[in-house]
Amino acid sequence: MSKVRVATVWLDGCSGCHMSFLDIDERLIELAQYIEVVYSPLVDPKVFPESVDVALIEGAVSSNEDLEKVRHIRAHTKILISLGDCAVTGNVPSMRNSFKVDDVLNRAYIENASVQQQIPNVSVPTLLPRVVPVHSVVPVDIFVPGCPPSADTIYFVLSELLQGRTPDMSERSRFGA
Amino acid sequence: MSRQITIEPVTRAEGHGKITIFLDDAGHVHDAQFHVTQIRGFEKFCEGRPFYEMPSLMARICGICPVSHLVASAKACDELMAVEIPETGKNLRRIMNIAQLVQSHALSFFHLASPDFLLGLDSDPATRNIFGVMESHPEIARDGILLRKFGQEIIELLGGKRIHPGWIVPGGVSEPLSADKREKILATIPAAMAAIQRTLEWFKRTFDQYPEEIRTFANFPSLFMAMVNKRGEMVHYDGTLRFVDATGKIVADGIEAHQYQDYIGEAVEPYSYLKFPYYKPMGYPEGMYRVGPLARLNVISHCGTPLADAEWAEFRELGRGAVLSSFHYHYARLIEILNGIERIELILNKRDILSKNVRAFAEPNRLEGVGMSEAPRGTLIHHYRINEDGIITYANLIIATGHNNLAMNRGVLQVAKHYVNGAKLQEGMLNRVEAVIRCYDPCLSCSTHAAGQMPLH
Ligand code: SF4
Repeated sequence: MSKVRVATVWLDGCSGCHMSFLDIDERLIELAQYIEVVYSPLVDPKVFPESVDVALIEGAVSSNEDLEKVRHIRAHTKILISLGDCAVTGNVPSMRNSFKVDDVLNRAYIENASVQQQIPNVSVPTLLPRVVPVHSVVPVDIFVPGCPPSADTIYFVLSELLQGRTPDMSERSRFGA
Repeated sequence: MSRQITIEPVTRAEGHGKITIFLDDAGHVHDAQFHVTQIRGFEKFCEGRPFYEMPSLMARICGICPVSHLVASAKACDELMAVEIPETGKNLRRIMNIAQLVQSHALSFFHLASPDFLLGLDSDPATRNIFGVMESHPEIARDGILLRKFGQEIIELLGGKRIHPGWIVPGGVSEPLSADKREKILATIPAAMAAIQRTLEWFKRTFDQYPEEIRTFANFPSLFMAMVNKRGEMVHYDGTLRFVDATGKIVADGIEAHQYQDYIGEAVEPYSYLKFPYYKPMGYPEGMYRVGPLARLNVISHCGTPLADAEWAEFRELGRGAVLSSFHYHYARLIEILNGIERIELILNKRDILSKNVRAFAEPNRLEGVGMSEAPRGTLIHHYRINEDGIITYANLIIATGHNNLAMNRGVLQVAKHYVNGAKLQEGMLNRVEAVIRCYDPCLSCSTHAAGQMPLH
């Protein structure tokens, strides 16, 4: 049997959802017999593959690059999962929506800098005016709330999918937990 | 026409950055830049929130080192309340902080960096990762999982969950330690100790294979900064800042958190969202300094625990004065894990560790507070101002990885100049440029890009 091709992606998140995936601990060794991680911050390929079976997306959509990336991923992925509260609701990153982008940038690079005060604009992405959850820009197949979702929850989602079932999240997760 | 090589995204690093290498007509490297590509806005959007929310809000800056942010943030809040927190509260915070150091270092060493040593810097990028290590060196992968789990389980036992526990609060911690949990943690120590000792043994044997990398991986004189206690010992929870130069000589010492702006300035470059802190007395960019495990081992007078001190003595033999090659961040990280396990045991055996007096309560009594701690990647500073009602009006954060920004950029240029040949480009050359970034274990906690590539423009 060929392995299920899995990708994991960070948008505007804290990486806590990825860490919760690693908290699967020894079960990772067993999972690795059935899945191949083909694209992820944890592995080296630089290009999102032509076809991926399952993509776990951590984080909200915050910059023009996040937006392009998540659209590209959607087009090359069978099952797209919003992993964690930032992807599902915008969560903490969306707290910046109460402020203007300029105010956010000015605080960091003008007020809180001692020399060469300027807003970076070379080789860096542009912030969107508002941070939005993943499903507001592309269709999402499965939502896994939690900040982060526990390792057991993530393991449950992956094992259900491996057994050909759609995971029933109703008892398994809640926001914030 | 000059050309550029883009490495995007930098992989097996925590968070996303990219690297641009600039080549001249002959294909030789003449410049390189390391870009961090996200700004999240915490310094602004915390405004208007009550100060006591800060620890659990700021923890969301980073899921790898949330406890460091909890600690630095809670310490800034302790300052706002002007309270002395109970000794047991401090010791419990210390345990969680060290547990996180161990798990984060294990992640950096085993899950991210070890494929370069175990499978080879030039090996097939398709399998050069932790899953490849699970197949080729299953016992080493298991040690990595075990050490990471050791730290994460302690965090969970103390705080109720592994990532983003809310247990460290302004004034102390929210719940005391039970005898039962203390026994549970103590029971995991022997296996963790055995794993780190095995790891140190095999890793030190590999140094002979990397003479060129050790010589060229961000190997240059710089200042080093870290916190130490009054005896000059390694500390991660509280102490004052010390700077040493490349010869190991102390150039500034005893700096308290609230004095940080007298010594540290922050510069902005147009090509990165990560600012460039520098040692103010020397100006920008001459005031380049490094932080994190290598810096801590260069700055301290000793580790303060017997096994780590023996290892530290060996480490110091690697340099005259300070150890300058960033390749040795990895070794330094392992020594800190060893020290961390020893210290967790020492603290758990303190007489008052089960005391119920773990938290001080107060209203805000000051309008400004600065908290500082040593995170896995280096010194972390949280600085808040509030109004009379305890509402945040201003924040400045200096994140550990930021301090290393100047040195990471210098290191990328050094490695690129040494290895990258634009005329005969090979993947392994570029992997070495990324590997120097992995030495610093930067935690960029930032977004990824449009699907990355390594194009030659
Ligand atoms: S949901 Fe929570 S743990 Fe996950 S990325 Fe967002 S803040 Fe981090």
